[in-house]
Amino acid sequence: MIDVSKLTIESAHDHLMKGDFTAVQLTQAYLDIIAKKDKEINAYREVFADALEQAKKADEKIALAKAGKTDAATLLTGIPFAMKDNILIEGRIAGASSKILENYKASYDATVTKKLKYAGAVFLGRTNMDEFAMGGSTENSAYGPTRNPVDTARVSGGSSGGSVAAVAMDGALVALGTDTGGSVRQPSSFCGTVGLKPTYGAVSRYGLIAMGSSLDQAGPITKNVADSEIIFDVIKGKDRYDSTSMDSPFSEKTDAAGKNKIVKKEKLTIGVPRHFMQKGIDADVLANFEDMLKKLEKAGHKIVDVSLPNIDYSLAVYYILMPAEVSSNMARFDGVKYGAHADGKDLLEDYLLTRGQFLGKEVRRRIILGTYVLSTGYYDAYYGKARATQDLLKHDFVEAFKNVDVIVTPTSPTPAFKVGEKAADPLSMYLADIFTVTANLVGVPAISVPCGSVAREGKDLPLGFQIMAPHFREDVLFQFGKVVEAVR
Amino acid sequence: MITTADIQKLAELSRIKIAPEEQEALRSQIESILGYIDQIKKAAQVSEGMPQVGALHNVLREDVEPHVSSEFTEKILSAAPAREGDYLKVKKIL
Repeated sequence: MIDVSKLTIESAHDHLMKGDFTAVQLTQAYLDIIAKKDKEINAYREVFADALEQAKKADEKIALAKAGKTDAATLLTGIPFAMKDNILIEGRIAGASSKILENYKASYDATVTKKLKYAGAVFLGRTNMDEFAMGGSTENSAYGPTRNPVDTARVSGGSSGGSVAAVAMDGALVALGTDTGGSVRQPSSFCGTVGLKPTYGAVSRYGLIAMGSSLDQAGPITKNVADSEIIFDVIKGKDRYDSTSMDSPFSEKTDAAGKNKIVKKEKLTIGVPRHFMQKGIDADVLANFEDMLKKLEKAGHKIVDVSLPNIDYSLAVYYILMPAEVSSNMARFDGVKYGAHADGKDLLEDYLLTRGQFLGKEVRRRIILGTYVLSTGYYDAYYGKARATQDLLKHDFVEAFKNVDVIVTPTSPTPAFKVGEKAADPLSMYLADIFTVTANLVGVPAISVPCGSVAREGKDLPLGFQIMAPHFREDVLFQFGKVVEAVR
Repeated sequence: MITTADIQKLAELSRIKIAPEEQEALRSQIESILGYIDQIKKAAQVSEGMPQVGALHNVLREDVEPHVSSEFTEKILSAAPAREGDYLKVKKIL
């Protein structure tokens, strides 16, 4: 019996290379846990029937590597991954947890999928999510919510709730999610995993079912920062199929042509936007956050107040720009090219019935909102103004990063809430995104690292510490994330 | 103040049939959300001399090297709800 609970990518790789267990045995260990726990948790939409076959292929690569062909196996060979249901894997269903794509089989691999396949990863299955990534609890899935493994009466967070819960329950060693307004970081804070949203453009979006194309990024969900770094290094990079992607302009090497050299600092200056944390935060969350700051200060890092003058508007900006992009991206689901089709009396009714019947409430709500803010007479006041305010936000961050190395906040204003608690009021659900949306709007990378817990009704609910760094400075997130892991 | 007629118009524009019994709930939720995002009107003006962060530019490539004709046709059409040969089949448009 393999004890998977303490495994990391590196320790699992060591075991595999030493022959302590095989990739097949490792995958089987996770499949056993999924069989035991997932009926209650509902992390997976589908467990892939060929997972063990994939693991067998990984064992063949490992055997080659051990026989001398060292590049046959990488750190990720044989590592069991859970993949969010909006990431395309060729030949497999990608449903975005929506009825409209219930039987849609991906016709190509996402670039992130291709890269992980090439590295020898094993895909255990596709995970539950808020429908089309729209939500902060996974309660908007057309297939039921994913429950928090720490307290199953509570949500796992969203929209990557399934991927996060899979890792948190030991139903996968690692996972991929997507983050448009916090969807990797917020569930990570709720369930106690590390969740990274890379710099916009750092990771290719080719093959992700698009939600907000100027905001989306795929990101790793892991148990520790080191694993997050390993996966990021594999999935990052300019992709010819995503013209918004680019390689990092930074390098640690002195002779890297055309790149800015990273100067590593041992002790960092930490910026805290205190003016933004005056209200709306759970008292225990705030106390835990302050406690972490004290620990970091004791470890020799400097804490300073930082001003982000326009950050009070970031949620309003997000809930204008994101629905606008959603209304455009969702137009392709018309029952003609793929997906479900409802039959009407004419073509127009085909559209009206297909979309009305097969798209969920939250998706319809955001399409309507987006249509409104883009319509004649409102475009300038809402969309135009939001874009201008977004420029101000970007400017705020560039200015702030002149004086600090990182900007930190709690990831979420509250710990995980109860299933059903926020379902009746969409706006209250949106307000929970307050700390995460800004990183997507500005494009900077952000990571949520577990930083302790708060006791609620007999359960210790995880809390997350969010770190933001300048564009393409994921290296700072990993360095500082490891510091947080060491002092918490 | 957003009306039910507004919701019906938006539903028609976005090609989504909203059942009459759902229209009022949706109207009220949209109104509440608009009430929140309305604060954007109070946001500061972008000042003239402010430097542009990450100015956007188009990324283009030469229109060369097309893929082999029909290479992906079957794979893509196999997902279509209705097809006829190599065509997507839809109801009369005009």
